[in-house]
Amino acid sequence: MNNILIVAEHDGRSLNAATAKCVNCASQIPDARIQVLVLGHEVAGIAQQAATLAGVHSVLVADRSDNQHQLAAVLAPQVAHWARGQVTHVLGPSTTFGKDLMPRVAALLDAPQLSDIMAVESARRFLRPIYAGNAIVTVEVAADEPLLVATVRTASFAAVAHSGSADITAVTCPAELPSHTRFVSVSAVSSDRPDLQTAPRVVSGGRALGSSDNFKLIDDLAAVLGAAVGASRAAVDAGYAPNELQVGQTGKIIAPELYIAVGISGAIQHMTGIKDARTIVAINKDADAPIFESADLGLVGDLFVILPQLRELLARR
Amino acid sequence: MKRLLVGIKRVVDYNVRIRVKPDGSGVATDGVKMSINPFDEIALEEALRLRERGVVDEVVVASIGSADTQAQLRTALAMGADRAWLVAVDQAVEPLDAARLMLALAEREQVLAVLLGKQAIDDDNNQTGQMLAALWNRPQATFASKVEFDGAVARVTREVDAGLQTIEVDLPAVITVDLRLNEPRYVKLPDIMKAKKKPLETLSVADLGVNLRHRVANVSFAAPAVRQKGILVKDAEHLVSELRARGLV
Ligand SMILES: Cc1cc2nc3c(=O)[nH]c(=O)nc-3n(C[C@H](O)[C@H](O)[C@H](O)COP(=O)(O)OP(=O)(O)OC[C@H]3O[C@@H](n4cnc5c(N)ncnc54)[C@H](O)[C@@H]3O)c2cc1C
Repeated sequence: MNNILIVAEHDGRSLNAATAKCVNCASQIPDARIQVLVLGHEVAGIAQQAATLAGVHSVLVADRSDNQHQLAAVLAPQVAHWARGQVTHVLGPSTTFGKDLMPRVAALLDAPQLSDIMAVESARRFLRPIYAGNAIVTVEVAADEPLLVATVRTASFAAVAHSGSADITAVTCPAELPSHTRFVSVSAVSSDRPDLQTAPRVVSGGRALGSSDNFKLIDDLAAVLGAAVGASRAAVDAGYAPNELQVGQTGKIIAPELYIAVGISGAIQHMTGIKDARTIVAINKDADAPIFESADLGLVGDLFVILPQLRELLARR
Repeated sequence: MKRLLVGIKRVVDYNVRIRVKPDGSGVATDGVKMSINPFDEIALEEALRLRERGVVDEVVVASIGSADTQAQLRTALAMGADRAWLVAVDQAVEPLDAARLMLALAEREQVLAVLLGKQAIDDDNNQTGQMLAALWNRPQATFASKVEFDGAVARVTREVDAGLQTIEVDLPAVITVDLRLNEPRYVKLPDIMKAKKKPLETLSVADLGVNLRHRVANVSFAAPAVRQKGILVKDAEHLVSELRARGLV
């Protein structure tokens, strides 16, 4: 039996879809018995959502005010407490939440961590990308390690359905929690666009947009498509788009049905963020831009001419 | 003496096209350009700016790597670091062991903070800083895009999926940096000359009281699946009809 503990990600209101993807990954480990740990404050509703995930055996909920801001330094001792001596695998999503938290957990448990696992070969053998996705390595954890920690590359796994009904148990961890790390604020993102990480369609803009005013052309196209908005690092660095919209090695790794890259050259660090997209469309005025190498549909031309036309044509239906 | 420790990793330069060896035994690195991990360069730049603002007195860099890594440490000294440590190893070091080695150095140097890149662009692990903070039992502020030191605390703005989060941490702490924190300075020729005289000392893993472990084996390497090159459409109308034909819009 492999006892797997999954750390749930949520925003205090609802469960992040990344958790359902971790459950899928965990289900592929042989003889898996899957527990989900929800840490937060007033999270009974989130625990209920987690309990419906197909394949989950039970849900632990650690509800306390210290957990409100989900600081890694505060959560890690609790995760380690529920993992120590109890489980064979601790999984979390490879989102900024999981990337921040899981290595701290691994160190507390003195366990090895595998980052961004993209496929399960056995209980100890996994595939993961390295070099911005330019190589895939098969890694195996030594047989005498009782426990391993991993983050799950969410773009590689579909979400499981909400068709289960696991038991929920409230838990309190006796571990002492630090006060050396304090939450100050989080920038409110007010967008009526769908979430970049889960949207089936994404329109992204690059450096070619030239200004944040022009970047509205990307928003406009996204609006007619009901798509989320993304950006290249160059567009974010230049201030045309906020950092949370960056797609790529150091931004978000996404797997939409349709990805439209506008005025983006196709640097490897960008492409690694979209390699699981079903269809990639590239609009670029340079016929030699590397993005055309991986685009399913390419259109060579000036985005400032093409985007208004596209919007027209798509709005017409 | 207020001191910062900055981790430097030698990696394949980010402009190099990575190739997996035909026998799947690894990634070809022979004769390939090596550089400081770009994130570590940003960490060093931030440390240097903190020293220039008088927040700290000294910036010490450390790398865990082969003897060749001296080249990257010399570059770090040329950028402005005061001293360098090379922890000499001739084998791959797993992140938890890298964290144990950095912890030994942080304690030895009595540092105010350790600044690291959020990830190295070779293994893309994104683990060492968080592990170091855990072992040290100190705060971590990962993915930093803004860092302010104020007496016994640091305020750090972090790039997270939701946007920007600001936290306050007691010092000493571990800070891992993201790309938008700063733009590293260019090294000038006279600085390279000056850097030759700066102290660069070598330590062994045993000197730091750490025994390296091999708990994760790299079984084989493969090139990623390549996407099929698609078609070019002639104009916006053609694009929309293709998208409709494929049921994408
Ligand atoms: C460690 C590291 C991590 C990185 N992480 C990321 C990451 O996560 N995400 C990311 O995106 N990048 C990342 N980068 C940066 C990456 O290498 C590229 O610099 C970046 O993706 C370039 O953005 P861009 O394509 O918008 O800009 P450019 O490369 O400048 O491309 C602009 C494109 O627009 C086209 N163009 C110009 N005008 C027009 C027009 N009027 N109409 C149509 N097309 C036009 C040009 O032909 C060109 O192809 C990273 C780099 C490093 C070193």
